[in-house]
Amino acid sequence: MTLATLLAGTIFIALNVYALLGGADFGGGVWELFASGPRRERQRELVAEAIGPVWEANHVWLILAVVLLLTCFPPAFARLGTLLHIPLSLVLIGVVLRGSAFTFWRYGSPGDEEQRHWGTTFAIASLITPLLLGTTVGAIASGALGDAGRAPGFYENYVAPWLTPFTLSVGLFAVVAFAFLAAVYLTLETQERDLREDFRRRALASGAALFLVAGLALLLSGAYAPVVRTALIFAAWAVPLHLLTGAAAIAALWALWSRRWRVARIAAATQVSLILWGWALSQYPYVVPPDLSIGAAAAPAVTLRLVLAAVVLGAVILLPSLYYLFRVFKRSPQSSAISHQ
Amino acid sequence: MPDLLAARSQMGVSLAFHIVFAVIGIAMPVMMVIAERRWQVTGHAIYLDLAKRWAKGTAILFAVGAVSGTVLSFELGLLWPEFMRLAGPVIGMPFSLEGFAFFTEAIFLGVYLYGWGRISSRAHLWAGVAVAVSGAASGIFVVIANAWMNAPAGFALVNGQAVDVDPLAAMGNAAALPQTIHMTLAAYAATGFAVAGIHAFFLLRDPANAFHRRALEIALIVGAPAAVLQPVSGDFAARHVAVHQPLKLAAAEALFHTQSGAPLTLGGWPDLTARQTHFALELPYGLSLLAFHDPDAEVRGLDSAPQDEWPNVPAVHLSFQLMVALGTYLAVVALWVAWLAWRGKDLAHHRWLMRAIALATPFGFVAIEAGWMVTELGRQPWVIYRVLKTSDAVTPMPGLVVPFIAFTLLYCFLGVIVAWLLYRQIVRSPSVAEWRGFYMPEGEVR
Repeated sequence: MTLATLLAGTIFIALNVYALLGGADFGGGVWELFASGPRRERQRELVAEAIGPVWEANHVWLILAVVLLLTCFPPAFARLGTLLHIPLSLVLIGVVLRGSAFTFWRYGSPGDEEQRHWGTTFAIASLITPLLLGTTVGAIASGALGDAGRAPGFYENYVAPWLTPFTLSVGLFAVVAFAFLAAVYLTLETQERDLREDFRRRALASGAALFLVAGLALLLSGAYAPVVRTALIFAAWAVPLHLLTGAAAIAALWALWSRRWRVARIAAATQVSLILWGWALSQYPYVVPPDLSIGAAAAPAVTLRLVLAAVVLGAVILLPSLYYLFRVFKRSPQSSAISHQ
Repeated sequence: MPDLLAARSQMGVSLAFHIVFAVIGIAMPVMMVIAERRWQVTGHAIYLDLAKRWAKGTAILFAVGAVSGTVLSFELGLLWPEFMRLAGPVIGMPFSLEGFAFFTEAIFLGVYLYGWGRISSRAHLWAGVAVAVSGAASGIFVVIANAWMNAPAGFALVNGQAVDVDPLAAMGNAAALPQTIHMTLAAYAATGFAVAGIHAFFLLRDPANAFHRRALEIALIVGAPAAVLQPVSGDFAARHVAVHQPLKLAAAEALFHTQSGAPLTLGGWPDLTARQTHFALELPYGLSLLAFHDPDAEVRGLDSAPQDEWPNVPAVHLSFQLMVALGTYLAVVALWVAWLAWRGKDLAHHRWLMRAIALATPFGFVAIEAGWMVTELGRQPWVIYRVLKTSDAVTPMPGLVVPFIAFTLLYCFLGVIVAWLLYRQIVRSPSVAEWRGFYMPEGEVR
């Protein structure tokens, strides 16, 4: 394995963790939007309490992936920034609105009308941002961001590559996957039985929906993302990966059904991670298919070596700190003891 | 609006917005930690109230800073792909380090904000210290990357490609030390005086209010030493600019002609066609003295380069004058505070001092914005000084005026909301009756 591949893998790990943690925070926003039934206020409270202490740390995984990408693979960063300008700008507006609305909502005076608007803004931004983020992933996977083969023109260059049925299906997949993760995690955040059951039902429903959306994306990939689809079917790793993913998915649903919450959490996280790694493997060795490979996009070896050293050093500081953060706030379901005063 | 101007404006607005929150994220945790430590030592509830209020303010401001910082990291690629293609391998390193430092800050801020009562008080205080240290570190890393744009190092340019890349040499560029010192001090001075100013305003009406008196003290402990040191670091930075970026200094000082024994130009309006500055006050030999510590030193003027390589002279000159004037004001007020404190005076009952500090509330932040105008506008037309022109770095994507307007409106909206929230949540006086109209009561030592 080359140094560049190792760092590409590191960046992808950061994206994977972002999907599992930051993604679930988006998913929490989705459930905030769709809170319903007799316990809707308690559902909202639970989402906010679960996200509060950790969402900023979870969000930094995305920043980390971006700064590592711009350092280690600058041509890829430059090309993505150019061709995906529009969806990424919209993602940024979503990120800004979600983060600030959540903070305004939690730190304002509770209970008044205007606080409710911030909660709604947070929820809508949580729905739209992963949709667009997934769309950009779809655009990368579809191989439409090559240097050659696009007619000149604004639409052909800056809109067409990311606005196809396939990219939208990937966006939808991201929303459903994040909502699924959030619902599974939330079953572990409360000791109230009814509330837990609310999120169990949501997890089961979104888990089933995930199958449908994944099928839809796979179907559309035939016409829109041929390279990725071919690899996903014919590569040597394809069958074992699909079997593992399927096993994780079924395990997650079974565990939810039989109320084994911790097993469900591990299985759901494994399932989503395996799907992400399926995407990564299917476009390997390209950072931006069909023409920008890891080797061609890589910064000089000296830069990569230093970044690797920084990653190791960073991990030594960050991993124990993260462990501490999650141990303090996620060790056991909390009664609503969080004070915002 | 031309695309280049729109891209520059969007980047400028994003930076001008983000820097306020970044700076507060550096300095506010220090005040919060001091207050908490005093609470632990004295056991008095005022300090706990202060620490919690400041933590709450930090929470709001840090969240907005985190998301506006995300916007900036993406905008490097969205607006300046050619810049990143060249600069990424050379100067991406401090961005990556900043990523890790910021990560640490986010983790421990989460621990600090939500950890009251959940972790030991010693662990809680150390979480606050970790926030303060990693906040300062992330600011320093970002400024190192900016310094490299002013004094590029650590690579050779062959056919538009960076070869012989040495990221450590790039981080050790000549501008890194003066710029990081100047900016870090600016963060403490601006935030310290902004907080002190707000409480001075309340003390003018109610000078015996123990809550505002303690808040003023801690804010001045953070802000005043930095404000006194800042002119020294500014001198260091300016002497560096005089050698490495003579045109930036010439624009800042509106010096049109290269000359020995150059005067220091105060105020005035630079006239580009007449190549002279009207209505200015000139101190003979002043600039040569300040820039080279020699009254007869030759200082390069704007005429040493063709006019199409000049930055926007009036904007750079006025920004520089504004920064220096406000910085000087803060330094003088800080010295005044030190003098009165040394003589054992009661600061809060000194009405003229309280007026002077209240007036200074926005000054540090205005000075920071003006200082960034000097360093960024003063480097134009280059994005990497004498290596890459800004016009060659911009994205080919057309219609950039649309995202510029969208982000400007978004940030204006957020700015108003944040100001209003802070006013409602943090600034208003506490309602504990016995804290009003009394000096600090004796707390039980715990």
